Amino acid sequence: MRNSGINFKTGRLTVKNLVKYYGKICAVNNISFSIAPGICFGLLGPNGAGKTTTIEIIEGITQPTSGEILYNDAPRNRSFWERIGVQFQSTELFAFLTVRESIQTFMRLYRNQVSLEQLVRICSLEDIQHQENRKISGGQKQRLMLAIALANNPDLIFLDEPTTGLDPQSRRHLWEIVSAIKQKGKTIVLTTHYMEEAQILCDEIIIVDKGKIIAQGIPEELITQKCAGQIIRLPQENVSPHVRQLLDSNQHVTWHLDATNKFILIQTQTVNACIELLMNNQVDLSRLMIRPHNLEDLFLQLTGKALRH
Amino acid sequence: MYRFWSIFVARNKEYYRDRASFGWNIMFPFLIIFGFALLFQNGGQRPYKVAILTSQSIHSAIQTQVCSHDFFSCIPIADKEMAIDKLNHHQLDMVMENLPQPFKYWINASAPKGILSESLLTRKAMSKDELNQRLIKQTINSKPVYYIEWLFPGIISMGMMFSSLFGIGFTIVRYRQNGVLKRLKATPLTSFEYLCAQITSRLLMILITNIILYFGCSWLLGFQCRGSLIHLLIFFTIGTISVISLGLIVAARTKTEELAHGLLNIITWPMMFLSEVWFSIADAPQWIKRFALCLPLSHVTSGLRHIMNDGAHLFDLSSEIFYLSIMTIIFLFIGSIMFKWTQ
Repeated sequence: MRNSGINFKTGRLTVKNLVKYYGKICAVNNISFSIAPGICFGLLGPNGAGKTTTIEIIEGITQPTSGEILYNDAPRNRSFWERIGVQFQSTELFAFLTVRESIQTFMRLYRNQVSLEQLVRICSLEDIQHQENRKISGGQKQRLMLAIALANNPDLIFLDEPTTGLDPQSRRHLWEIVSAIKQKGKTIVLTTHYMEEAQILCDEIIIVDKGKIIAQGIPEELITQKCAGQIIRLPQENVSPHVRQLLDSNQHVTWHLDATNKFILIQTQTVNACIELLMNNQVDLSRLMIRPHNLEDLFLQLTGKALRH
Repeated sequence: MYRFWSIFVARNKEYYRDRASFGWNIMFPFLIIFGFALLFQNGGQRPYKVAILTSQSIHSAIQTQVCSHDFFSCIPIADKEMAIDKLNHHQLDMVMENLPQPFKYWINASAPKGILSESLLTRKAMSKDELNQRLIKQTINSKPVYYIEWLFPGIISMGMMFSSLFGIGFTIVRYRQNGVLKRLKATPLTSFEYLCAQITSRLLMILITNIILYFGCSWLLGFQCRGSLIHLLIFFTIGTISVISLGLIVAARTKTEELAHGLLNIITWPMMFLSEVWFSIADAPQWIKRFALCLPLSHVTSGLRHIMNDGAHLFDLSSEIFYLSIMTIIFLFIGSIMFKWTQ
């Protein structure tokens, strides 16, 4: 658990020592964090890490075994649900209502409402607004769910894996919408296992594994702290066993094969020296690629590469 | 109120746009009533089947004395062995030789219908004077209640029961299963508001469909309500709310539609047989009669029959209304306490 340095007074949303057991299984193990207003806060972790349980406890869907949740420094009351917007990982809507009617239905559940036309426009639902929910595609449904989450002009928006199962175009489109919402000063809590998504959208992240927070902070800072240096990628056939032995003996370099076994990934803090070593050993550098560490590298480093169920 | 209204409107739209389900809900009671009307037209079927052992025409004495009777249906069968076998297996009630009087007949002594048909035959054989010496016949002066008039309140109660229990039970369980309820839980909507909207929406739909059904059947089958239509509507509403509330208990926590289906069957089958929808339980053991009083449909059917067949006033139904109101309060209380938004 990493909760040092968090000022519980300043966060719009504060989670303190949250614990959730399902029978004997501990899904959330003493998690604490605080979310400042106006940021996009990422909750990352492999499958079954406890992300959705944590977010659903905050939303009031699931009861915690113990722990405290404060909204604007006070326990949640009825008005909390007037101020939040929620997009679940997978829920259905009234099948026979149209997209427009669905948004209207949810809008009428709140005192504070935004313009329906505006919502339809923001979420790019103009073309399908008169179609029944059962007839829309996955990407359209996610945009509708987002529109519903925004129906009450919420201060705090929970997006639980909003782009899971979407094609790249739909995913990028949704990112644009979320970025636009963020620019309006809304606080967003996003869970995802797409690291690219988190890196693009999140100002601050926590990485959760087996119910515990294993890393917390600003993505770039975490990457710098935990994954120093750059990555050099080369086709693995270009790197002879002799060169690999040389790399093994260099204390500033580590290497491994990528998931496809087609490329060798060399991690180093001394890129120039490493390239010089490769050139001196007649390694073909025509397909060389250098890239900085990203959130996925950090994620895999912290959570390991073993398959999760 | 605005939250209640929002869910109420949404649910109504869902209901009438689901054409298959909406159509079936209207058609089902119509089909049952028309089926029975066809079956029982002109006094209905003759209940006792008599096989006449012949391959040719039935003897005129048998025609006059037996086949012309309202309760006997004569079937010519040439094969005596086969006829006796059918009698033995309760497929026939009597077998008779195709001869003039004295008639020679067989019955299955273990078959109540056989014994009854024999009684009818012996009564027919007696002269009017003989009968008058032994029996004094009394007749009721009020207008007779035809079977279809007696059956109709039972059928609409049964249709209402299915629509209430399965309608509310399945809808809520399905919404819980596919996450609609979970999404609603993350809003300021309370479970009380949600359940009230569900009940009201279902009530409205049941009232509309049954009003159409009543006037449709009344026009086509030519019967009428002897009591006030307003009283009939009020009592039907009270009964429907009670049965819908019972459905809420099933829907309150059930996780899957399969389980809901099983639970609803456990409730509907005893109600259908013990609420006198189809037949009277006057001769049933006392404990069954007491148990039947715990079922809302018994009171609904009884009250509707009193209004429609006997012209009863709402005040005459105070005990039915009392029981139904108590049951509604208990069911709503249990249902709302047990209710869960998520699985």
